Amino acid sequence: MTRTRKPGISRRSTLALMGAGAMTFSAPWVARAQAKTIKIGMPTILSGRVAQLGTSSRNAVMLEVEKVNAAGGLAGRQIEMVIRDSKGQPQEAARIARELVNTDGCEMLLDGEASSGSFAVHEVARDLGVLCIHTCSEASSLTADPKQHIPNAFRCVRQGIHDSIVGASYAAGIAKAKGLKKWATCSPDYAYGRDTTGEFVLYLKKFAPDVEIISESWPKLFQPDYTEVVTKILQAKPQAMYSCLWGGDLTSYIDQANIYALFTQMEVFAVNMADYTALTVVKNLPKGIHSGDRYIKTFPPTPENAAWGDAYKAKYNEYPTNWSWQNATAVMFLNEAVKKAGSTDGKKVAEALTGLTIKCPFGADGTVTMRADDHTLVGYAIGWGTTIPQEPYVPDVKAGDWKTIFELEAEWKKSKGYT
Amino acid sequence: MIPVDLDALASCLTSPACLVTQTTSGLIIGMLLFLVAVGLTLIFGVLKVVNFSHGAFYMFGAYFAMTAYQLTGSFALAILSGAVGTAILGLIFERVFMSRVYGRDVLMQLLVCYAFVLIFDDVVRMIWGPEFKSMGMPAAFQVPPLFIAGGVVPPYYLLLIGVALAAAVVLGLGLARSRIGKVIRAAAHNPGMVSALGINTGLIYGGVFALGGMLAGLAGALAAPVRSLTPGMGFSVLIESFIVTVIGGMGSILGALIGALLIGLIRSFGSLGFPLFTEGLMYLFMVIVLVSRPTGLFGKEVA
Repeated sequence: MTRTRKPGISRRSTLALMGAGAMTFSAPWVARAQAKTIKIGMPTILSGRVAQLGTSSRNAVMLEVEKVNAAGGLAGRQIEMVIRDSKGQPQEAARIARELVNTDGCEMLLDGEASSGSFAVHEVARDLGVLCIHTCSEASSLTADPKQHIPNAFRCVRQGIHDSIVGASYAAGIAKAKGLKKWATCSPDYAYGRDTTGEFVLYLKKFAPDVEIISESWPKLFQPDYTEVVTKILQAKPQAMYSCLWGGDLTSYIDQANIYALFTQMEVFAVNMADYTALTVVKNLPKGIHSGDRYIKTFPPTPENAAWGDAYKAKYNEYPTNWSWQNATAVMFLNEAVKKAGSTDGKKVAEALTGLTIKCPFGADGTVTMRADDHTLVGYAIGWGTTIPQEPYVPDVKAGDWKTIFELEAEWKKSKGYT
Repeated sequence: MIPVDLDALASCLTSPACLVTQTTSGLIIGMLLFLVAVGLTLIFGVLKVVNFSHGAFYMFGAYFAMTAYQLTGSFALAILSGAVGTAILGLIFERVFMSRVYGRDVLMQLLVCYAFVLIFDDVVRMIWGPEFKSMGMPAAFQVPPLFIAGGVVPPYYLLLIGVALAAAVVLGLGLARSRIGKVIRAAAHNPGMVSALGINTGLIYGGVFALGGMLAGLAGALAAPVRSLTPGMGFSVLIESFIVTVIGGMGSILGALIGALLIGLIRSFGSLGFPLFTEGLMYLFMVIVLVSRPTGLFGKEVA
């Protein structure tokens, strides 16, 4: 007796379908991997005090994604960005990141969060195993601390420790040449301000042992008036001052210190000055403030960088920020890594990203590298210079030396117990 | 870092140069604070509401001044439009919204004010954008600072202290001597009787609110050249203004003046002697005043 197969769905195939259905709900990014477009999720800060930076991140990503899509997309798949506002709150950033992957079906994440939020998104990436590139967090420990290391997360951002080494070696050179021994510091009173100032002073004293800190001021973050801090520093009569105030706090400080003629009485080193958001807002920018490069279209002084800055300005009617170039670079990395892997599969792309060197307008030598051992960006343009009140604002940026950075960074990692 | 640096404080107190610098620095912080706080205390004294949205008028004053300065290039017009603009805004706000919650539950008044703190911040964000702005110092004041007895004094701050002091004197004399001043004081004391005498109390309430708004707007306009402008900039000023009114006594103009100057001086000298405890000093002082005189330094006993 032969059994004839009844038309319709057999029990076995029903079970298989149900299984597939369950898979779809538990791991949608696997099931939808074959969709024609590829969704990339991005939590960032689009409202509140630092909204300008988040917006400039979104702008830069869209500028680059358009280029990639015009050239055929990632392995033939058009990119669709899903960008959501975290309001700068870590728990919100984590919730959004999870939702982007589980509900919206995003296959990769760009994490456009400041330091506090980036650690929260990092934990989501650890949990879900989804490919994640941090694009805004400068906190060194995010990649330097081996406890944070996971194979699927990368940081495409400048780093606090690199800035401190380059800034201190630049400042020490000037301190020695001009005999600046008595220094004051004035930085905002929260983790970033304390850590960055501490690292700068540490390396400044290492490079110029004669330096002595004679006055410290720690104004509150977003304090409206700095007059008492300005006059206190004037009383101490230092020869130089370091500050990592930023944004509106820095411009307030400059306006208030300006009328006390503070800038004529000491050399001022303000690491966050050379950012277009601050440079274009200050009406009476004093000449000769020393600053690190955040983003400036004249450094590195290449036609590629200038063209990129101009293209951004033409499209958005303002200059890019430090967060812009980092986000643009992340998209460039993704594009190259997918080409190398020949696939948009997260694991393969992560493998391709590890140790990858790409051509990039923001590289110190025209290239940047995603360092293999700690998954962090190196080789980017980093330097210091002095300001003038009109464009190009910082006409002559002295580039930092990556060989020194690598040596001292390795020492620093050892001292922190990271290696 | 040393938490207490009494040597620095002592050496400053014995040096005329340092005394002059720190005192003027305390005075300008204090005078700007006074302009905001006096409006707050005046509105409380007459209208019996705590205007939590008062910081918004400071913010609007600064933004109005910046826009007027960009359009006309005249600093005097900038200050004027900061003050007049916020006065009009205050009048509208009082007549349309605040007048509906007089005599109501304090919680109700607080909710209305807090709602407007958020609404006003968003309005500024819509009109002027979310990013911070700077008005810039007028060319006339871009001059080297003066040296008085070796101390550093920026000329702009002399103007600022002068304008604020003039406002204080006019306000104090006006309330004490003029007919309108007497009516306002009477309305504060017994609104029912004033209204029965045929005086339009609604007009007085609106006028006092507009005056309070104008003073905060003037403070914002005067601060605009030296402080960065952002949505929400009124908030921290409001907190300090409350400390001032609590120290000086709610409803007292002299109290607001003395309270504001004390806060200013505590900040400027405190940052030398107690660099890590400057903020704390203000609150500590407030606690001492509240414990020893619960109505504030110049507050009247509650009957």
